[in-house]
Amino acid sequence: MAHPTTTLPQEAASLSQPPSKMDIIFNKSFRSLTYAFTWAMVLLLAAIVIKIGIKAIPAIERHGLAFLTTTTWDVNSQHFGILPEIWGTLYSSLLALILGGFFGITIAIFLTQDFLPHRVEVVLKSIIELLAAIPSVVYGLWGIFVLIPLIRPLADFLHTHLGWLPWFSTSLSGPGMFPAALVLSIMILPTIAAISQDAFRAIPHKTKEAAFGMGTTRWEAILKVMLPAASGGIFGALVLGLGRALGETMALAMLVGNSNQISLSVFAPANTLASLLALNFPEAAEYEVSVLMYAACILLLITLLVNIAGTAIIAMTGSGAKK
Amino acid sequence: MKLAKTVRSLVLCSMCSFFAVSAMAATTVVGSGASFPAPIYTTWFKQFSRANKGVQINYQAKGSGAGIRDFIDHTVDFAASDAAMTEKQIAKVPEGVQLLPMTAGEIVLAYNLKGVKDLQLSREAYTGIFLGKIKKWNDPVLVKANPGVTMPDEEITVVSRADSSGTSYVFTQHLAAISPEFAKNPGYGKTVNWPSAIKMVKAPKNDGVTATIKQTPGAIGYIEYGYAKMTKQPMAKLENKAGKFVAPGLEGGQAALANAKLPENMIAWITDPAGDQSYPIATYTWMMFYKKYSDPAKAEILRNMVAYCLDHGQKIADKIGYIPLPANVVEKVRAASANIQ
Repeated sequence: MAHPTTTLPQEAASLSQPPSKMDIIFNKSFRSLTYAFTWAMVLLLAAIVIKIGIKAIPAIERHGLAFLTTTTWDVNSQHFGILPEIWGTLYSSLLALILGGFFGITIAIFLTQDFLPHRVEVVLKSIIELLAAIPSVVYGLWGIFVLIPLIRPLADFLHTHLGWLPWFSTSLSGPGMFPAALVLSIMILPTIAAISQDAFRAIPHKTKEAAFGMGTTRWEAILKVMLPAASGGIFGALVLGLGRALGETMALAMLVGNSNQISLSVFAPANTLASLLALNFPEAAEYEVSVLMYAACILLLITLLVNIAGTAIIAMTGSGAKK
Repeated sequence: MKLAKTVRSLVLCSMCSFFAVSAMAATTVVGSGASFPAPIYTTWFKQFSRANKGVQINYQAKGSGAGIRDFIDHTVDFAASDAAMTEKQIAKVPEGVQLLPMTAGEIVLAYNLKGVKDLQLSREAYTGIFLGKIKKWNDPVLVKANPGVTMPDEEITVVSRADSSGTSYVFTQHLAAISPEFAKNPGYGKTVNWPSAIKMVKAPKNDGVTATIKQTPGAIGYIEYGYAKMTKQPMAKLENKAGKFVAPGLEGGQAALANAKLPENMIAWITDPAGDQSYPIATYTWMMFYKKYSDPAKAEILRNMVAYCLDHGQKIADKIGYIPLPANVVEKVRAASANIQ
């Protein structure tokens, strides 16, 4: 008995030593390091915005707000306007969000609500997440060589039979809004599906059991209980997906047709801000660079507004759930 | 102790290799610019480095505009451009600029039209298409230029370049030269504001335009000869200044070059070549060098490189889809390359 009582306090002492000087220094430096990196991120963003802003000043002074409301892009006569690009960016992202959002959320429901054995769920989940690893140039090429020939018969059918609807009023030109939005929706699908799945999984199991206990069918439980409960996370997923869609460049540059026109028709070629920037920078002369920087500012602004709106929606739905 | 030893030897090793790399880097020549001649340039440079041990030429095909910017900023040793350089740009380089045409290319009108194998386009026809006046393949103007061919009742989809490019510059320059209406509006440049009457889609780079033409029934678009040749895309015969229909290719291109006079500054635009055999849309493409290099060894390497491209390089040009320079032009360029010091 005497033996353990004599060793125990010693052991306890060795287990709970006061932090050594090294520990304290390590802790402090780690802390300051994390602070430094966090602020470095903020500063980096600020530096990028300021640099772009400064380069854009000559164009902002010369074109002002008319830049946002005119539709010509003519380097020869130095007329620049990006209304078609703003329209194309928003329209393509919105179409992609509707398509990708619908499929993403249904996939999330399918993979989380016990439709499948767990193992199959895991396999399907990783396959869908693999979509995010495909480079966008590959998506672009796939769009040109596979998707466009594939949708041409459908597009021709819609145009000839439903041509009176403004969305189908022109025949498919090859590259255009529809193939672009379709590819874009596939590109944002993994983001939306993955985050929505997390949102569904985060709901306590009791919630669903309670719903079943109240006598709901599976259909009712999913639509009326699970979906509203996960809505905050799903909105977050949609906002992230939209952010990705707004900034996507290469696949769109290859598929959207890059035509400066505003049309409701999904088969007409259009243009987006990101592809305008990507395609015109390499050969841009000095003043044109400034104009492109102005366009970049507008793209940043649109993304910022979308993110603010998204955060606001999440905050609103979140507080609604609490009540 | 052992760890310290390993670390020390590692550091030593990396220092050695660092010096080795920097010793090799002394003979690396950096260039940037036009993407249109990039396939032939990279082939030339690879062969040149193989023939000259220890010389590495690093060429980045960023585009003519970016090349000129790099050249003015002195971040490269030489640059390449399809649009040469303007007087204003040359004035920004204090040590002087030597432009040398290194090869030439043709721009072809490739098309995708079922059942039509040998499309012929009169001047009226192709300016009409690119002005948005001719919208259907069975337009009377097209039918007249293609006797004996049934032209389908199909809409014409015009494919043009979405990015600003030297190819567009040369093509619109030619259209502006033969059509006063085109010269007035839209005019010519690396990007132009195409008339809105055209049913047009735009694709990035030569390969993008080629792919889009291939995938779009009823499409026509302008691309470099090499790309059309590589992908076996049908190309239209174009009416030249003499009123003859000429197919793109080596003969038509060389005839066009032979009809152009190269001035002292080596910048000649062949906007509308004369001669029965001349293919109407051909262009030189240039490399730019400083007239004075701080390192004479580098200047010598560059002179050797130019000589190599002129002697061995021209022989393989046709195979890759470019026009070899005529003999008299080769001699002129060789003489001018002595200005690189």
